[in-house]
Amino acid sequence: MTETLMVIPILHYLTFCSVLFGIGVIGVLVKRNALVILMSIELMINSINLLLAAFSTYLNDPAGQIFVFFIMVVAAAEVAVGLAIIVLIFRTTHTIDIDVLNKLKW
Amino acid sequence: MFTTYLFYFLCILAIYAALMVLVSRKPIHSVLYLVLVFFAIAGHYILLNAQFLAVVHIIVYAGAIMVLFLFTVMLLNLNREETSPKAGWVKVSAIVAGGLLMLVMIGVFRGYEMAVTSNPALTQIGLVKNLGRILFDDYIIPFELSSVLFLTAMIGAVMLGKKEQIKKTYD
Repeated sequence: MTETLMVIPILHYLTFCSVLFGIGVIGVLVKRNALVILMSIELMINSINLLLAAFSTYLNDPAGQIFVFFIMVVAAAEVAVGLAIIVLIFRTTHTIDIDVLNKLKW
Repeated sequence: MFTTYLFYFLCILAIYAALMVLVSRKPIHSVLYLVLVFFAIAGHYILLNAQFLAVVHIIVYAGAIMVLFLFTVMLLNLNREETSPKAGWVKVSAIVAGGLLMLVMIGVFRGYEMAVTSNPALTQIGLVKNLGRILFDDYIIPFELSSVLFLTAMIGAVMLGKKEQIKKTYD
């Protein structure tokens, strides 16, 4: 029991990751630059990764950390394709302002 | 005690840098602040004794993904300030919506306590030896599938980036 008192409570990780996730959500909603929106999505992915790793360590179950590894793999692939699409959009429309990209809206 | 202070320091650093990602007007400043967030999160991984994840996080995120972002900003010369900011009410409602989501999540988790079964300072599960064994034992099929995913993403990125094809399609 004295040992667990030294450990940072899991609640602090939950709160911290919630705040980070919320900042990411606000970034996606507020920003107009497609690049910064992609960065906000990275922020959200990272907050979830940290939470998975925290629970994995606290429950002594390595599966969580393996999952974080796979999420990183998928995030790297996602960023490569996403940035290629942004470059493509910039080449055709000369802007990456998402409010201009409404051709598929209606 | 020292690790507790380090934890709060890293939390404050990460939240400050994450807010600066949004506040910065120029995309390149956002990228650099995001690198700071990633280093803070790598510090969190080290505090959790997840050394493999900490190293992979720095290599993949701070090393590869952020370099891609920086290249995109620099090569396309995107480092202009946002020309026409969103309307005020859109901004305010977005911040209110995001803030409410944050509050709901914090409220849901409030009072949650879990019996900690392991001491993070002593646990061995985050080490390369242990994780590598599990990765190649139990998770070998997802591991191989992720390599196929990487190949697909690489081919997709190269195909999208080809210049001639674009010109032919849109001319």
